[in-house]
Amino acid sequence: MAAIETHGLRKVYPAPPPPKKRGRAAGPPGMGGPPSAPGAFGAPRGEIVALQGLDLEVREGEFFGLLGPNGAGKTTTIGILTTRVKPTAGTARVGGADVTSEAVRVRQRIGVVPQRPNPDRALNALENLLFHAAYFGIPAAVAAPRAGQLLEQLGISDKAHAKVDEMSGGQQQRLMIARALIHEPQVIFLDEPTVGLDPQTRLSLWEILRVLHNEGRTIVMTTHYMDEADKLCDRIAIVDHGQLLELDTPASLKQRAPGGTLVEVTLAGDAAAIVDAVRGLDGVLRVEAKGPLLRVYSDRGGRVISPVIQIAEDNGAAVTNISLTEPSLETLFVSRTGRKLD
Amino acid sequence: MNATTADPHPVRASTVFFALLRRDVLVARKELAFFLVRTTMQPLLFLIVFGYLLPKMNFMAKGYQAALLPGILAVSLSLSAIQSVALPMVQDFGWTKEIEDRLLAPVSTQLIAAEKIVAGMLQGFISVAFVLPIARLLMGPISGLTLSHGGEVLLIVLLGSLAFSSLGMWLGTAIAPQQIGLMFSVIIAPMLFFGCAYYPWKGLDVVPVLKYVVLVNPMVYVAEGMRGALTPGVPHMPLSVVYVALVVIAGTFWTFGMRAFYKRAIG
Ligand SMILES: Nc1ncnc2c1ncn2[C@@H]1O[C@H](COP(=O)(O)OP(=O)(O)O)[C@@H](O)[C@H]1O
Ligand SMILES: [Mg+2]
Repeated sequence: MAAIETHGLRKVYPAPPPPKKRGRAAGPPGMGGPPSAPGAFGAPRGEIVALQGLDLEVREGEFFGLLGPNGAGKTTTIGILTTRVKPTAGTARVGGADVTSEAVRVRQRIGVVPQRPNPDRALNALENLLFHAAYFGIPAAVAAPRAGQLLEQLGISDKAHAKVDEMSGGQQQRLMIARALIHEPQVIFLDEPTVGLDPQTRLSLWEILRVLHNEGRTIVMTTHYMDEADKLCDRIAIVDHGQLLELDTPASLKQRAPGGTLVEVTLAGDAAAIVDAVRGLDGVLRVEAKGPLLRVYSDRGGRVISPVIQIAEDNGAAVTNISLTEPSLETLFVSRTGRKLD
Repeated sequence: MNATTADPHPVRASTVFFALLRRDVLVARKELAFFLVRTTMQPLLFLIVFGYLLPKMNFMAKGYQAALLPGILAVSLSLSAIQSVALPMVQDFGWTKEIEDRLLAPVSTQLIAAEKIVAGMLQGFISVAFVLPIARLLMGPISGLTLSHGGEVLLIVLLGSLAFSSLGMWLGTAIAPQQIGLMFSVIIAPMLFFGCAYYPWKGLDVVPVLKYVVLVNPMVYVAEGMRGALTPGVPHMPLSVVYVALVVIAGTFWTFGMRAFYKRAIG
């Protein structure tokens, strides 16, 4: 049996509070998701469709990555799988238990690291861990040594008796990781756990996750970092606009990435004007224009850059920015979602 | 069965409930002084002026103290029961959503709300136990005060704190955080002053309309019940009416409170 299964998972959030100035066609500011224009994805004006029929299957003991740009629906997916968000339609099961009708059974086997730290501010760091363990029926005598070890591993043992408000964002994030592990759950959800962590703590988190993975626990992690997904995950799902775009092992995904180096050139003017000229250059496999942004897939690495600049300047458009990406998860991601990760 | 699907040691709901309660007791202990000041300052100040100073100045008729004391206790009970639930709810469901770790506990969401209400009731008890001896000390011997109906007093405190904790749950989860200040001036303040706490309900015979309007105020039943149990000599509503009213009120607030909590808890 799969550790996690979703079928046709849909989530529609009711209209957010109306913005002060009514926006035109665009959704409310800060909404990265589908536009809330009338009829978008069959939703009335103002409603936000966060997930539209997501089917996922995570295997027992798998380290599963969820990649997607902001607003793709990653946090909503985790919210539903952790019983914290009610799906509008569709079903989801975690360890065979249904997230809506058997929420208690689901909660019993999961640990959750939220996107934003939400420690219990009335308690100190250690109490946060001990009480969380107590909510899972673990007596303090068992939880205390475990808590000490976790705080140690995450490099915050000196903060054990600190008030949460005296901890930095990164320290609180580490406390959240410790909290998710204190009751030794079989399935662990991490929503962008390494955002805001310094490189060293990130590495020690990777180490902890590898150990948990080797112990046979199922791990679902969303991330913004391609290298992280690449290094840790058995399989990666790429989602956008609440839909599954790709699902495979990192190796196969990389093979599927469009050939060549991705050269992104930002112009002072509209990039569409020079698409045809650039397409004619030697070594150019594919060209796309998106506003001032020109995406060139080149099989001659960065050597297409100077002719592209030449063409742009002949057209009277100055080049303001250039970036180069080798074929990777990232180029696949960009070609499938039309967006960079951050 | 394999690792993930095998049921881990199921946790008994009562175990989780008491862990949640222990958490609230610990937090309440840390903040006991603030809590007592916040919830008993208002009734104690009232007591000093109307139960101590004015009688001393001979501005108050004999017997007023006996009518006032049960009302003061009712105010303390209600204020503390409401605030002990409403304020944490506003905080817990606020920007940081710090209630999340409790919502992930392997029990039904309703039980988590129920525990919060019980914790609020305990704090209601505490403030009554704190105010009663101080009141007795300030006012001196009060003619007509009897502690012989302990059972009745306990029942009124129980039902009253249940009603007001549940109301706190409802207000704390249904009202927008920015409006919590408004809640105190628009809902709580009139409830206190038209709650027959500072005068017996029978006294409203002088304004018959008001006498029936105030019946929608849950505070009336706690104050009148306290009178019936503590100072039976003062005119008061029959205790049977008080019990029935408080059960109905507690049930209503409980239902609304549970519903509002659930709506906030599950997105
Ligand atoms: N509580 C909410 N109310 C309204 N809209 C929401 C809520 N949570 C998320 N959304 C919207 O749903 C979409 C998906 O959001 P989310 O799941 O947070 O994406 P991600 O985690 O991939 O960035 C976004 O458009 C977001 O604005
Ligand atoms: Mg997110």
